[in-house]
Amino acid sequence: MLQLNVQTIAFFIFAIFALGGALGVVTSRNLIHGALYLIVSLFGGAGFFVLLSAPFIAVVQVLVYIGAIAILIIFAVMLTRSMTGMRELFNSQWWVSALVGVLLFILLAVAVIFPMWGNSGSEGSQPKSDQVATTQDLGVALVDGNQYVLPFEVASLLLTGAMIGAIVIARDTTED
Amino acid sequence: MVPLYMYLLVAAGMFCIGVYGVLARRNAVAILMSVELMLSAVNINLIAFWRYGAPTLIAGQVFAAFVFVIAAAEASVGLAIIISIYRTRRSVTVEDVNLLKG
Repeated sequence: MLQLNVQTIAFFIFAIFALGGALGVVTSRNLIHGALYLIVSLFGGAGFFVLLSAPFIAVVQVLVYIGAIAILIIFAVMLTRSMTGMRELFNSQWWVSALVGVLLFILLAVAVIFPMWGNSGSEGSQPKSDQVATTQDLGVALVDGNQYVLPFEVASLLLTGAMIGAIVIARDTTED
Repeated sequence: MVPLYMYLLVAAGMFCIGVYGVLARRNAVAILMSVELMLSAVNINLIAFWRYGAPTLIAGQVFAAFVFVIAAAEASVGLAIIISIYRTRRSVTVEDVNLLKG
């Protein structure tokens, strides 16, 4: 059962950040506010990573998501002036979408709490060991020839391709 | 520690809110933000399963790092496409982008 300690309180604070921010993203009329809500939500996610003893992933979440992607989205909002002149927030299928979202959540919640395989959700849900792989292990794994060096290189190629592609797509072709 | 299913429930809630945003919003930038929410929820799931299932192995964190890479690539290319569409159509509403509609 839940014990009331610092970790549990921190979990609930981060959960409120994550879910409240997510709700703000999909319901805010002003897209700048939406992007700020996105930052709040991603910050809650970074707090979860700290609680789950993955500090490197938490730092990457703050640097890459909040520092780069959210700022990129704010730039895009300002470049397209898309927060003004929006007549209606949602399209005509919004109630079907809400139904799909709620049904999906109910399905996932039932599958999480009453799993048909292994232990039920309320028991056996504690970590198997207190030994945790460190950031050093992660760094070694990413460049170890027997582990993840090939996906690592493919990821760097993908990032290069995405960067060049973004420049080519967004370039203003009317001047030349 | 907080039991595993609470992390999974929060991540499921974030994912479903993201699904609703992708399906219901009209603004392309808002749709991209909802996609980011979904990717972030998946990342929480990956790290939670890693911590509770196999914390001595590193695979969970490596997978989360690759999700970050995919999210960055998706955001940059997606926003470039949105800016390019805005140049030609003067709009970022997805219903106005119907050139490929038969």
